[in-house]
Formats: sequence, C-alpha cells, structure tokens
Amino acid sequence: MINKGSKVMLEVKNLRAEVGGVEILKGVNLTVHAGEVHAIMGINGSGKSTFSKVLAGHPDYHVTGGTATFEGKDLFSLEPEDRARAGLFLAFQYPVEIPGVSNSALLRLAYNTLQTERGLEELDPLEFEDLVHEKIKVVEMDPSFLGRSVNEGFSGGEKKRNEILQMAVLEPKLAILDETDSGLDIDALRIVAKGVNSLLTADNAVVMVTHYQRLLNYIVPDYVHVMDGGRIVRTGGKELALELEARGYDWLRAAA
Amino acid sequence: MSLTKEQCFEQLLLGKAVKSEGWLERVRSEALEHAATLNFPSARHDDWRFTDLSSLFIHGFESVASFAKLTVSDIGKYLIQGSIRLVFVDGCYSAELSDLNNAGAGVTVASLAERLGDELVESHFGRLAPYKTDTFVALNTNFFEDGAWVHVAKEVTAPIHMLNVSTRRNSPSAIYPRCTVVMESSSRATVVEDYVSLDGGIYMTNAVTEVVLKDNAQLHHVRVQREDKSAFHFGHCSVESGRDSVYSATSIALGARLSRHTVHVTQQGDGAEMCLDGLALIAGRQIADTHTLIDHAVPRGKSVQLHKCIADGSAHAIFGGKIIVHTGAVGTDSAQSSRNLLLSDKAHIDTQPQLEIFNDDVSCKHGATIGQIDQDALFFLKSRGLDEERARNLLIHAFAAEIIDKIPVPSLVESLGQTIFGRISGDRMSGVR
Repeated sequence: MINKGSKVMLEVKNLRAEVGGVEILKGVNLTVHAGEVHAIMGINGSGKSTFSKVLAGHPDYHVTGGTATFEGKDLFSLEPEDRARAGLFLAFQYPVEIPGVSNSALLRLAYNTLQTERGLEELDPLEFEDLVHEKIKVVEMDPSFLGRSVNEGFSGGEKKRNEILQMAVLEPKLAILDETDSGLDIDALRIVAKGVNSLLTADNAVVMVTHYQRLLNYIVPDYVHVMDGGRIVRTGGKELALELEARGYDWLRAAA
Repeated sequence: MSLTKEQCFEQLLLGKAVKSEGWLERVRSEALEHAATLNFPSARHDDWRFTDLSSLFIHGFESVASFAKLTVSDIGKYLIQGSIRLVFVDGCYSAELSDLNNAGAGVTVASLAERLGDELVESHFGRLAPYKTDTFVALNTNFFEDGAWVHVAKEVTAPIHMLNVSTRRNSPSAIYPRCTVVMESSSRATVVEDYVSLDGGIYMTNAVTEVVLKDNAQLHHVRVQREDKSAFHFGHCSVESGRDSVYSATSIALGARLSRHTVHVTQQGDGAEMCLDGLALIAGRQIADTHTLIDHAVPRGKSVQLHKCIADGSAHAIFGGKIIVHTGAVGTDSAQSSRNLLLSDKAHIDTQPQLEIFNDDVSCKHGATIGQIDQDALFFLKSRGLDEERARNLLIHAFAAEIIDKIPVPSLVESLGQTIFGRISGDRMSGVR
C-alpha cells in the first residue's frame, strides 16, 4: 500500500547495464517506498529480467552507468551476499537444482547467516525445524520437500513455491519476484500469490517482474511500470495492467 | 639423496624378508621372482600413461624394522563404534588395539599370520590377486608382514573395520597391508578398509585385498584412503562374485601425494550384481589414479559404476574404467558414469571409460562429464546470503556427498563429510590453490 511519508527503500537512477557486451538497460529510473508493491511489465527482451538480475548482482551483468541505493546504501558496491544480508531477495525465474544440498540445510544456513548479520541468535536444527514448519504453511508445501535436495526433481510450480518459502524464512525488506508466475497453473499461482500477500507488511516491499497481467489479479500492485527497450516508458496504477491486457504493448511502444 | 627409478626399485627388492612356513613361503618367493622381472611399470603401458610416478622414484623405501606401540586413544578419532575392529600399525597386527568382541558365531576376523594353518586360507590366499603380472601386487605378496583374514558365513550387522595406521618414521618406509575376505553362500557383511596416518612423513603403502563372494552373498566394501599428503599409496583389489551375489564398493581417495587404486571384479556366477562407486578429492600437487576393470564372463550380470573426481590446485586425477562383456555373458546390463569437477585452472583430470563388448544381447551405457562449479548455483547461494567460500564449499561437498552417502556406516559418513569440509576450506586458506 502507498503510505505518505514512508521511507525510500530502493532508488534507481538512470541505470544502464550490459550483458555480453550488449547494452540492455538504457537508463532505468525507479523509486520504491516501504509498504509498496510494484509491477514491472513488458514484452520479452524489454530488459525487465535483466533489471532484476542487475539489482541482485548477477556476475554476468555489468552496470555501465547510473546508481541504485538500497536504504541509502550504494547497492552496486555490495557483493550479492551482502545485498541479501542487507535485506534484498530475488525469487529466481528459473530456480537452480542443487543435488546433494538438502532444502532444510540450505534454509537453515541462509537463515542463520542473516541472523548473525542482524546481531541475532542462530537457531539450532531443532529450533529451526519448528520455524520452517510454520513457514512452509505459507506456501502449502509438503514438509517432505524439506528433506529433499534443493529443487531436484521438483515440478515448475514446486520450484516457484520453494522460492517463496525461502522468502518467507528470510523475511527480506525488498523482494524482487522475477516471473514468479511463469509456468504456474492457476492453483499454484493462487497459492504463491497468497503466500506473498501474507508476507507483505508496511515495512517491506515487493517488485514483481511479469509478462502477464494475471498475477496482478492476486497480488495487487500499487504501481505498474511498463518497460520497453531498456527503459521504463510508462507508470500508472493497477488499471494500467488491465489496459495492457486489453490493448497489448504496441500502443506504448509506438508512443515511446 | 635422490634415487633413480632403478635404484628405487632395487631398494624395494632389498626389503626385509618375512619368514613363513610351507605354502606361503613358496608363494612369497615366487612373487619375489616375478617382481624382479616385472620391475616398475613403464610410462608407455596403456594403464599407466597418465600417471606420473617420478615423485615416487626419488625415494628409497625401507621395510619397517620396529613397530610403534600405540594406545586406543591415539587412534580414537578413527574408531567406528560397534564395529569388529582389526588394527594394523605400519602393517603389523595389533591385538591390543583390535576389538573382536562383536564378532559372533559364523564370523572369523583374525590376523592372517595366525590362520596360516587353515586350509581355507591356503585355498584363497593369492588366488585372485595378480602377483605374476602386477609389480605392486608381487611386492606385496612377498613382503607383507601380516594381514586380515575375514570369513563370513552368515549375516553380520556390525561393520568389519580394518584400520591401517601408519606412524612417523625417520626414513621412508614401505608398508604392505594385506586382506582376504571370503563371503560364504548367502552371507552378508560390510567391510571397511581404512588407511590413515597419525603423522606426516614419507612412506609408501602398498596394499592388496582379495574378495570372494559365494552364491547369494552380499558385501558392501568400503575403502577409505585418507593418508598423509606426503605418502604414496598403491592399492589393488581383486573380487570374484558368485551366482546372484551383490558386491557394492564405495572407494574414497582423499590423501597421499600419489595414490593409485586398481580394482578387478570378475563376475563368476550367473546374475551377479556389481556396483563400484568412487570419489577422489584432491588438491595441491596430489595425484590420484583409479583404474577399474569389470569382467562380465557369464550371463545376466549387472554392473553399475559412478566415479567422481574433484581436483583443485594443480592436482591431477585419473580414472580408467574398463568393462568387458565376453561372448557368453548374454543379458548383461551395465552402466558406467564418470563425473568430474575441476576447481582450478591448473588442475587436471583424465578420464577414460571403456566398453569392450563381444555379444549382442547386452544393454551397456557409459558417459563422462567434466565441469567446473556451476556459476548459476553459486550465484543462487550468494543471493541467499552465503559468502563465496561457503557457497563453493557447499557445492563441492554436495558433489562429493552423492558418493559418500552410499557408505552404510552413518558415523563414517559424518566424519568423512567433516573431513571433506575441513579439507576444502583448509586447502584454500593455506593457499594451496
């Protein structure tokens, strides 16, 4: 929700970035306040997934200009792990499988790393089990998934739910959901959206990157941004998404 | 003083003659003759062409003249609770450190030297190990001080732990562990062959193991080589598997400056199943070589093999895995996979899976992959707050865990897991990489 006077969480100014020598982002501006939900929409190749990877610090993407601050800190001076420790979270478009690392072990390792960072006590395996069994309800996942290797043999929907489980456990200040809706059937989409909604507070924020409007029926954005050619070409309220659904992207592209 | 290859070999032949009676004395002297003729394998030999033995040749290895007295607390961290334990110190059996209390009726676990009068021992010893064609096996067969005799006639749940401990010596020494395992019909057991060093120092372990599985017998054979990084390790294992028997091997190579492990499994009975899994995890200047041969001689055999190498620093890992399916071995089902992880630009892995098939009624597949740490997985873990070091270690450990987790002794899985975690991070911190 939009709260007048809430603090700035993320501020991106004139961001330019390239991958493999090709410039993809050509001057992105975005400001996210605590409590807000933003949707970034656009056709394939518009730069929206690149934008989320650049914010999280993927090594293949190089910032060539502009700035991004996260709670006042220069985001690009931080390693990916330090961004995570500062409270940034990326839900991956294609979650990786990690055979040999159990889901619960990873969750606990990540959780305790963040606890230490925040000056809080680490949880031992038993305490953590209680916590994770509470959190897993958020995404209606079977606890048997905790004992399995991270994402190994998971269906597309299970992988996406697993990302949201990680978000639930790590409680980030800013979550970037990169095409979290892609590959989800309608039931899985509802569960994932319900999970995300239950995690929203006045102190955190969400940026959803999506191609389709349907996710926004379940997670209602305060702002909708349309990205095209590596820039945000239009910003509006949730009704902009409906307009895109009805009219497609071409009219905006022509305008840009 | 640096020796030449010839001098090194001469020195080995001058080792201490171990006296035995009757049949064993004949086997010993025959082996010595073969050793002298065979000499060290030539670098042109197909099975040895990737393996650089030059770091071995410069040393003169002497037989162990006096044996160290150890206490159980010296070897405390290697003990497996509830096991039937045979301990050898520098190749010499230690009754004080061994614990045979868990061996019930139907299980004989003893020092080989104490059992030489047993006809069973005589009929099995030296029958499978190729002491006429393999230099290292020949040297072992002549010079071994003592060994383990394991005879199982029923189902044993307690793991049988053969712990080979080496201690510090003033000059390079040669140690010759020996082990003979006979699994009678329908028996079941787990045998853990374990090679550890209490101190550093240059020495050579040259071990030979022979395993016989009679019909329907099942053996899980675990082999852990975690010797000091200045040690040299040669190990040979010959296995004969009877009808419908199941032989599962899990071999872990972590230690030694240079290690070479050869395995030769012969399917002797219809429907026998053989599973060979291996892991070599090395760094620095280590060399680890594994050569396996699975011989399908009779019908309906099944073999499954997964071998993994992880090489960091300027280490060199070698895998040669040959599977032969003979004319009569119809209905053979075989799958072999070699998976490898290179952790540095200077590390080197040679892998050579080989299939030789002489009949049409078979299902055989094999494959090999070599890769580096998955950058996407690394980024994912970092994006969850793990630092680079932690994330890399987790991924390396996970790659290794697929093999380690096959060991049916939980406490050993746990301690190896910790060793590996320690080793991965330790190597990095000490700048080996």
